[in-house]
Amino acid sequence: MIQVKNLIKVFGTKVAVDDVSFSVEKGEVLGFLGPNGAGKSTTMRMVTGYFRPTSGSVKLCGIDMLEEPEQAKQRLGYLPENAPLYSDMTVASFLAFCAEMRGLHGADRSKAIDRVLDLCFLDNVRNQSVDTLSKGYRHRTCFAQSIIHDPDVLILDEPTDGLDPNQKHEVRSMIKRMGKDKAIIFSTHILEEVEAACSRAIIIDRGKVVADGTPESLKKLVPGANSLDEVFRSITRPDTEHKKAA
Amino acid sequence: MNNRNIQNTIAVFKREFLAYFNSPVLYVIVVIFLLASMGFTFFFSRILDSEDVSLTERFFVWHPWIFTVLAPAVGMRLWSEEHRLGTIELLLTMPVSPWQAILGKFFAAACVWLIGLFLTFPIVWTVCYLGDPDMGPIISGYTASYLYAMACLSVTCAVSAITRSQVVCFIVSVAFCMVIALIGDPGVTHTIVATVPSWAEGIVRFISYFSFMDHFFEMTKGIFVFRDVLYFLSVVVVTLFITNLALRAKRA
Repeated sequence: MIQVKNLIKVFGTKVAVDDVSFSVEKGEVLGFLGPNGAGKSTTMRMVTGYFRPTSGSVKLCGIDMLEEPEQAKQRLGYLPENAPLYSDMTVASFLAFCAEMRGLHGADRSKAIDRVLDLCFLDNVRNQSVDTLSKGYRHRTCFAQSIIHDPDVLILDEPTDGLDPNQKHEVRSMIKRMGKDKAIIFSTHILEEVEAACSRAIIIDRGKVVADGTPESLKKLVPGANSLDEVFRSITRPDTEHKKAA
Repeated sequence: MNNRNIQNTIAVFKREFLAYFNSPVLYVIVVIFLLASMGFTFFFSRILDSEDVSLTERFFVWHPWIFTVLAPAVGMRLWSEEHRLGTIELLLTMPVSPWQAILGKFFAAACVWLIGLFLTFPIVWTVCYLGDPDMGPIISGYTASYLYAMACLSVTCAVSAITRSQVVCFIVSVAFCMVIALIGDPGVTHTIVATVPSWAEGIVRFISYFSFMDHFFEMTKGIFVFRDVLYFLSVVVVTLFITNLALRAKRA
């Protein structure tokens, strides 16, 4: 459902994403791992059509993102990093706007809004201004926006960032539940999350894919490693090492 | 444009227009606009002391300067706010083309000025009560005034696409609008022509032709010239094109 081929993104002289290819099928949940600044968000922004790749191609459900962006984006739900929201709206009016942008009108629209309000436990804040929401609610509102049109492809940039343990658990199980009939990519820094929710994981470092496989197979990559944590630390290089070398 | 395109533009328009009503900006700007336009007309132009009831020299003449300051205040949030909140990432990953979003936002801000100008109707009522004005110049004056506001607004729209700070956008846009207004001022043109070598005079005159002012005053005189309308519309189209390019550049 998601096909990414030879994606390259260059900012000025810096190569942020260097020849990344992967594909995600229906029913798969792909965990996207990597140190800060490795190019996770940049890759996701290219997959969602927000950034234009320097070269390479992105296909969602067989539709090319560069050639038919509007059709491809119709299939896509996206939760950007830090969950941005229009601060002058209420939760319900924000979701109504998002539904309308996805082509839902009238009864379909109110049904879709009720569905996601219920699914994301937002019912008690539906008429509250987005500005006054706590971080967990803001996050869930933005998450609700991404699933309002029941998309085939879901891309979540750090969906559990800043949530409390209960909410993290809730989001994780929601991802797992939805992963059955969608293709999902989500990025995270929390490695247990990968084991809990992902059917596959990719580790990306300095813009390159350094590992790709199921959480179990990743553990076998490094002999003697007991946890993903150890694998992660041995195959990615910390920022400081780069500075020492330079 | 097919149905879906228009629906998207309307959805953006609705959101943006309601956002103006949800913030104090709209009310503050409309009130200041009304105070300024009426204040200038009654206290500086002393419309009540004169014998004729033409609005051209006493009411519309102030509008370019008012719009130079107030139109950027309406338009500054259009894209700057999206950049600052990060919602631009949300908006542009929805199935909407940048053009639909640009038009939706621009029309929302344009509607604010429609309300603002509409609320100046008491002045028309006043001159109709006091005398028997020619309606032609009033209609073309309002059209010119609105087009002037649209031109300033579209310049602001383009500036807001490149900055995330509303303050920066406001100051830069006011400066732009001011310069574009001043280059057509006969006094300014005369001073510049006097100081540059004679071969450059043609260039100065050519540049001054691009000022909003000439076209504005032609229209307020009651001569509804298609050329001037076309001029303002082309300014709007060109700056909205620049907005599109700026948004694309910003996304790298």
